[in-house]
Amino acid sequence: MSTTATTLFDKVWDAHVVRKIQDGPDVFFIDRHFIHEVTSPVAFLGLEGRGLSVMFPDKTFATADHNTPTINQHLPVKDPLSANQLKALEQNAAKYGISHWGLGNPKNGIVHVVGPENGITLPGMTIVCGDSHTSTHGAFGAIAFGIGTSEVEMVLSSQCIMQPKPQKMRIVVNGTLNKGVLPKDVVLYIISKLTAAGATGYFVEYAGDVFENMSMEGRMTVCNMSIEMGARGGMIAPDETTFNYIKGKDKAPKGDMWDKCLAYWKTLKTDEGATFDKEYMYDAADIEPMITYGTNPGMGIGITQAIPTADQVDSGKATYEKALGYMGFHEAEPMLGKKIDYVFIGSCTNGRIEDFRAFASIVKGRKKADNVTAWIVPGSHVVEQQIKDEGILDILTEAGFELRQPGCSACLAMNDDKIPAGKYAVSTSNRNFEGRQGPGARTLLASPLVAAAAAVTGVVTDPRELIS
Amino acid sequence: MAYDKFTVLKSTAVPLPIENVDTDQIIPARFLKATERKGFGDNLFRDWRYNNDDTPKQDFVLNNPIYSGKILVAGKNFGSGSSREHAAWAIYDYGFRCVVSSFFADIFKNNSINIGILPVTVSAGFLDKIFKAIEADPKAELEVNLPEQTITILPTGEQESFDINGYKKHNLTNGFDDIDYLQAMKQEIGAFASNRLY
Ligand code: SF4
Repeated sequence: MSTTATTLFDKVWDAHVVRKIQDGPDVFFIDRHFIHEVTSPVAFLGLEGRGLSVMFPDKTFATADHNTPTINQHLPVKDPLSANQLKALEQNAAKYGISHWGLGNPKNGIVHVVGPENGITLPGMTIVCGDSHTSTHGAFGAIAFGIGTSEVEMVLSSQCIMQPKPQKMRIVVNGTLNKGVLPKDVVLYIISKLTAAGATGYFVEYAGDVFENMSMEGRMTVCNMSIEMGARGGMIAPDETTFNYIKGKDKAPKGDMWDKCLAYWKTLKTDEGATFDKEYMYDAADIEPMITYGTNPGMGIGITQAIPTADQVDSGKATYEKALGYMGFHEAEPMLGKKIDYVFIGSCTNGRIEDFRAFASIVKGRKKADNVTAWIVPGSHVVEQQIKDEGILDILTEAGFELRQPGCSACLAMNDDKIPAGKYAVSTSNRNFEGRQGPGARTLLASPLVAAAAAVTGVVTDPRELIS
Repeated sequence: MAYDKFTVLKSTAVPLPIENVDTDQIIPARFLKATERKGFGDNLFRDWRYNNDDTPKQDFVLNNPIYSGKILVAGKNFGSGSSREHAAWAIYDYGFRCVVSSFFADIFKNNSINIGILPVTVSAGFLDKIFKAIEADPKAELEVNLPEQTITILPTGEQESFDINGYKKHNLTNGFDDIDYLQAMKQEIGAFASNRLY
């Protein structure tokens, strides 16, 4: 064992430190910056106020997603405030020379879906965006995390932010996943074990056969949810799966540059003997399809299990009762069979083609349950096109579902896609906070298979019963 | 945006003894549509604070006139969830300058310091003492002393010290921000950038 053994995280982090400040943060260089309409306008106002310009406009990419409608995108946006934000993004991008994929652009979609899809996200990069699920890009072996608007202004004006280096955590899952268990279940399982704050202050590396055998889409789902256990981000060492995914993408390196990058990327892994501040190990065989019952993503259980009692959880009793009260659930009740009203499949967690394939695998030959309203929202136009090309749209239509247009949609309910108060939604998104999907909405987080099973039966159902 | 300097703050406090208060509660997404940083305080804790018809919910602490002050005291894991800085803006705009908890989510903590709110992390035991002191007397004052890095429950004299890195402390006590610092080292950043692979 060499004494210089370092982790993947250290390798990427240390390569981006411009200056170390004593008893302070690192001045940290950012390779790629994504912006969207909600968290950038005030940053641009700040720039203007100080008379600053954008230092590297070609390292920033803008897309509109949080606030956009998912039907009739060709019409003017009705809500004047949303329209105003979209216009501000467009104008700021034009003014400072930033690429902008606005509504109607064939490259438009959710920021964390379009970045990887277009080869903007690459291994070894540092990537930030004013959105906490920026952690998604860690699937490529990048250090990627969400920032606030003041930091957006810092990156625009200096391509740097000030960050103390987080501690390091490794989460290893070995073994073979059970039938009906998807990457979403793996990450919901991990969060249920670690709790919603269990990785605060840490940056996570996911390792072990389960992640090695996962597709890029699956790895993105897992890294996406890292923030839901409090982690700054999560990453997975790049490998052949990663390189194959990137190769040929629009903005991916080509020719000599590709070879140069590839040589570098192959060095991006944790050395044998490198140490972490914390490590957890799980066995894939213990994971079943998951569902949440409460108001944070750590409140998840295997779908066949019962809701825990207050003395089985460690958040305070008052907090626990508040959560169950909001959800209209009781201690020790089973989740199976609970009636639901809405199903949402989409978001940067589960809005990629694989997710719609999984959804369609259960829906095929069945009908949408009468009591269910389903919102099926692709993560980008590229995904939308794949859904059509692969015949998934036909399966959905035959079963009585409609496909909407890309955007964040009911993941955060900033547009019209709001789950009504008191209604239950099985959702493939990432947060079940009170009101996240609309004031009073009750969210059950789950995988696309669990969402599909609920969509065709109208109740919480174990998807394994519907898989042939 | 520059903010007021923070040195010593003596104030009554508003108690919110709930754990895992996420930024969607602090400011729900539907109030993020502004393109300017104004008026967010009106919607701070919107859905806990108001009924659907916009009448105040009497049992929520911000609607209880007994409690007031520039310090918000909250349960463990405050500010989890979304990176929206609007959450910190709402807290600042409402009039708070300091949030005390036994544990903060990372992004929220960064965002607060960046706009001039001091997040003070205390032990679970001390947090409990603060809640008890406020329960016993809603007019009980706390003193947060940034230069000394201490927080004191004035009626009882109980005190604890808190951590903050030297750089951030210097910024807060002087009203500087990171952008000032970064602008001063642009040449160094430019040189660094020219050596990057991408
Ligand atoms: S889909 Fe949800 S989590 Fe993802 S970027 Fe949009 S709002 Fe954020």
